[in-house]
Amino acid sequence: MIGGLFIYNHKGEVLISRVYRDDIGRNAVDAFRVNVIHARQQVRSPVTNIARTSFFHIKRSNIWLAAVTKQNVNAAMVFEFLHKMTDVMAAYFGKVTEENIKNNFVLIYEILDEILDFGYPQNTDTGILKTFITQQGVKSQTKEETSQITSQVTGQIGWRREGIKYRRNELFLDVLESVNLLMSPQGQVLSAHVAGRIVMKSYLSGMPECKFGINDKVLMESKGGKSGQDEGRGGASSTKTSIAIDDCQFHQCVKLSKFETEHSISFIPPDGEFELMRYRTTKDISLPFRIIPLVREVGRQKMEVKIVVKSNFKPSLLAQKVEVRIPTPLNTSGVQVICMKGKAKYKASENAIVWKIKRMGGMKECQLSAEIELLNTNDKRKWTRPPISMNFEVPFAPSGFKVRYLKVFEPKLNYSDHDVIKWVRYIGRSGLYETRC
Amino acid sequence: MTDSKYFTTTKKGEIFELKAELNSDKKEKKKEAVKKVIASMTVGKDVSALFPDVVNCMQTDNLELKKLVYLYLMNYAKSQPDMAIMAVNTFVKDCEDSNPLIRALAVRTMGCIRVDKITEYLCEPLRKCLKDEDPYVRKTAAVCVAKLHDINAQLVVANAVAAISEIMDASPNAASVLEMNSGTINKLLTALNECTEWGQVFILDSISNYTPKDEREAQSICERVTPRLAHANAAVVLSAVKVVMKLMEMLDTGGDYVTSLVKKLAPPLVTLLSAEPEIQYVALRNINLIVQKRSEILKNEMKVFFVKYNDPIYVKLEKLDIMIRLTSQSNIAQVLAELKEYATEVDVDFVRKSVRAIGRCAIKVEPAAERCVSTLLDLIQTKVNYVVQEAIVVIKDIFRKYPNKYESIIATLMLSDENTQVQLQLLTAIVKLFLKRPTDTQELVQQVLSLSTQDSDNPDLRDRGYIYWRLLSTDPAAAKEVVLAEKPLISEETDLIEPTLLDELICHISSLASVYHKPPNAFVEGRGGLRKVLPPKSEQAEGLVEELGAQEPTAAPPQPTVIPGADSLIGDLLDMDMGSGPSMMQQQMYPAQPAAPTPAGGSGGMDIFGEGLDNLLGGGSTGGDMLGGLGDIFGMPQTQSYVPPQEVWLPASKGKGLEITGTFARKNNQINMELTFTNKAMQPMSGFAVQFNKNSFGLMPAQVAIKNNIDVFYMSTHVPLHVLFMEDGEMDKKIFLATWKDIPSPNEVQYTINNVPHNADTVSSKLRNNNVFTIAKRNVEGQDMLYQSLKLTNGIWILAELKIQPSNPSFVLSLKARAVDVYEAVKQVYENILHN
Repeated sequence: MIGGLFIYNHKGEVLISRVYRDDIGRNAVDAFRVNVIHARQQVRSPVTNIARTSFFHIKRSNIWLAAVTKQNVNAAMVFEFLHKMTDVMAAYFGKVTEENIKNNFVLIYEILDEILDFGYPQNTDTGILKTFITQQGVKSQTKEETSQITSQVTGQIGWRREGIKYRRNELFLDVLESVNLLMSPQGQVLSAHVAGRIVMKSYLSGMPECKFGINDKVLMESKGGKSGQDEGRGGASSTKTSIAIDDCQFHQCVKLSKFETEHSISFIPPDGEFELMRYRTTKDISLPFRIIPLVREVGRQKMEVKIVVKSNFKPSLLAQKVEVRIPTPLNTSGVQVICMKGKAKYKASENAIVWKIKRMGGMKECQLSAEIELLNTNDKRKWTRPPISMNFEVPFAPSGFKVRYLKVFEPKLNYSDHDVIKWVRYIGRSGLYETRC
Repeated sequence: MTDSKYFTTTKKGEIFELKAELNSDKKEKKKEAVKKVIASMTVGKDVSALFPDVVNCMQTDNLELKKLVYLYLMNYAKSQPDMAIMAVNTFVKDCEDSNPLIRALAVRTMGCIRVDKITEYLCEPLRKCLKDEDPYVRKTAAVCVAKLHDINAQLVVANAVAAISEIMDASPNAASVLEMNSGTINKLLTALNECTEWGQVFILDSISNYTPKDEREAQSICERVTPRLAHANAAVVLSAVKVVMKLMEMLDTGGDYVTSLVKKLAPPLVTLLSAEPEIQYVALRNINLIVQKRSEILKNEMKVFFVKYNDPIYVKLEKLDIMIRLTSQSNIAQVLAELKEYATEVDVDFVRKSVRAIGRCAIKVEPAAERCVSTLLDLIQTKVNYVVQEAIVVIKDIFRKYPNKYESIIATLMLSDENTQVQLQLLTAIVKLFLKRPTDTQELVQQVLSLSTQDSDNPDLRDRGYIYWRLLSTDPAAAKEVVLAEKPLISEETDLIEPTLLDELICHISSLASVYHKPPNAFVEGRGGLRKVLPPKSEQAEGLVEELGAQEPTAAPPQPTVIPGADSLIGDLLDMDMGSGPSMMQQQMYPAQPAAPTPAGGSGGMDIFGEGLDNLLGGGSTGGDMLGGLGDIFGMPQTQSYVPPQEVWLPASKGKGLEITGTFARKNNQINMELTFTNKAMQPMSGFAVQFNKNSFGLMPAQVAIKNNIDVFYMSTHVPLHVLFMEDGEMDKKIFLATWKDIPSPNEVQYTINNVPHNADTVSSKLRNNNVFTIAKRNVEGQDMLYQSLKLTNGIWILAELKIQPSNPSFVLSLKARAVDVYEAVKQVYENILHN
């Protein structure tokens, strides 16, 4: 298991050092600094083996987190843990920076003591951790309270405490999708997929059982027979709008065995915000935008670029924060840009023309043309054109994902599904949305 | 007020100041001081001198302060064991605190203090905590048992095992300590639904160590594990994949269930590629293994492995590797377009690998070779030096795979402005071409030779040019032998992981071993433990294959030949540590590998293999085997079966003094390879290791690698077919008759065997000793007709009819089998046996 965990700043100074196993000595701290942080060549793997000791690292801005071991550990678990660890730190004191780490080092040691025992990861749920790792200490709590805490940490429902009460039972569902696209200059889709997340904010009393329904083909077909009656009104049309989900993953509160056998998504949600589900689709994605690039090299010192952006969704909808990033060669000396809509600027520091359009309706077309002047260089190597990338936000789910229902049952308290106020919102964002040129 | 100031105190006499503050009466000041101490400790300063003062602060009701003191204790107790004892009292007291959080904290910390003396005191409170009313305390105590076991093994095991089974549900961590049985597995599977994500990882990892007793159990475990594939934690997913991959070995390959499992595995693996880059990396390394083991899982998912512009380099390189493995005729066009795109990127390593990949595509997908070659030529035009270098190196391999097809392009490769490495390679290539087609390339070769000897200022190139020139002008035949020396055939997959290692790595999916692609003992010290192996096919499945085998040549697909590249096989061989018992065991544990090396006589042969030998040969047979070929001279009963005389497999001239002679024999229902090692060199040899490649018979005779302290040698051997005849090759009379009729007559082939000095009875007893069974004997018109059957280790049945005329020493042999290609070898065996 994990033998030790170190946090360094960008200079390689240790900020946190916690050793869990005897086989990891103090010299491990230095070995990582010398061989990875100060390495002459950039490290080409997140796992490094130095003298039969393995170092796993991740980097968050300027901070290095390194886990050390001499055993054949579960590598996926170590990385998952390091990422969880940063999430936990971020939940406690915001951004993970050198300043914040130094300011909270006692807290971090306390957290480390709790979430990693003898190198074995323990409960890392922030909600639960916050109930007993506070910066004040817990001595003040009554006996009942502490026993409640411990039963939550170890209990079957480790993510929710008992006795939560709200005057207004409310829940928010955000369907957040990121569309990824790689398109050839000729407009052929090389690869496209949607990575979706469903983030739920629940403010519900008691221990509510929730049932979640979506328009996934498999789930709906298996349901078709049983619940045909209450779905009667939608009837035939509902199957048409169903989508094929390639794969989905759930928060640990979802009963996976039930999902496998009954194809239903049921769970007792944690209190507050959490990511209920992640999914991925590749079929029938409605791509919100298309870019048609035209790049022409006019001699050795000039390039002409013409870009057309087409929006491809209902005219009544409005895309926001549209941004097109057109890379320019390193030896660019000057750029003239003309665009009809939005603002375009050449940013020398980023080697790109950045074209921003605040709002753009559906079924519209915008154009930009630019002339790029190049310096003469003796670098023979051809400039490798990085792809044109795009950012945007649209108020629908490009995969066609729909929330069909979210039912809440709390048999012990006297509120019913109808009393719960529910909000659903769809946001489609660009992931890696690139067109080669 | 922030805590970062503690990191900046660098005043002189700091220790004394801290000492004073630690002994202060004010609680706040004490706490401040301890914080400073911890900060110094983190930075690496030695603050062990403050030990007694810090320990004094331990008895406090402030939890934060307590935790800090504990932290300090864990760090320094080892250097101050006597002082650490002072803290024991407080620990024991804390273990009885009313607050479960404090009880747990005390047990946890106590376990982290790695001092032998403390462990004595630890046992009693620990036992109490294991039975604590609070689950949180129990959970912590369970891990503590593992800690304690680590410090002092004998002390604990007895007590702990009892305790662990009691609390198994509360903490899965401990489970790995225990022997598994189907009962505990069942409990663990139930617990799977109820524990944290990390707990699920521990449980799945320990389930993966369990080998179910039959196919049914394997399937039911699979069914209960597959829902985990939808977990959000990548570690849970990968561990579930590991369990499924391992158990799939036991399931009937053609069955519906395996097909559905294969379908289920693909989507979660693809989803892992949208995780954080580090996790993607682990996933990709594992996918690389999975694809080699079962390519069908991801065969339709090529697109997801396309490289994204801002993937980290380690992800890019891995994706490229997998892309090549998934390349097939159906997707080659897409792949080539992508690879060409990658070849224009910035990162040199990545570009080189992309170019190499294009060459690999050419070798793998023959119809696309032409397109690949033209893509490579396009790339050479770019004149980027490393692209050109790599392209040319790759083209060399293409020549080897498709001789006499693309040589014409050599002319387009300009010699003058290339880097020397490329020039050298080109020179060799052109000389080779000349030796193969002297007529149309004479002009070219002369031109190039004069270029390299006269116009080049590189001594290496000049020297090589002269050598070739002189060789060609004095003795073209010798030149041919030197330059055109046989090289192993290039195969489709050049860097496949060697199959036995691959199987082991499959058992380690998700772990570091799977990331390094090395067995754990290559990077983990000390207690290596047993090597993991995939479970054998269940009985039922094997029976099925046997039945099929009677009707058809076995369905087993031919293993792609592995060309031992510098980094794969040799690396693996060198990792093998023959000196120790466990690694010798490795060979015995592979059921499909019946050949066992036997050193007989020879210098140093005995101590080379050391004690591992006994393990390897298993009890009784040792004596007989040691005598090896001598057996038949003394007429020992078990060596009545025909043993061909030993041949020289590795002449001393090639083996740097090591001569190996050997033969194959069948003994005790096993195929034995008998080797004699002779040391003809002036120095002792040590550290021997042997490795075989496998085919459907469980051994690939063409490839044996022998390693010793001097070098690695490869030799090819010829396995006579008769050692592959199975003991259960006696067919029932009725079945024989039916099969004989069932096999179409075009499959029947007749041979004549001349000069056999035996009569029908001796013939049949001689053949019987070699597992050729006489099923029936008939006398037709004075001729003896023997009907015989035999079965090969891979399940192929062969039926034979032997016609013997009393006065004629020439026998007529008719063979009938589904697989026609074995006839020649079978006839050879009959000849050898009958003439012996």
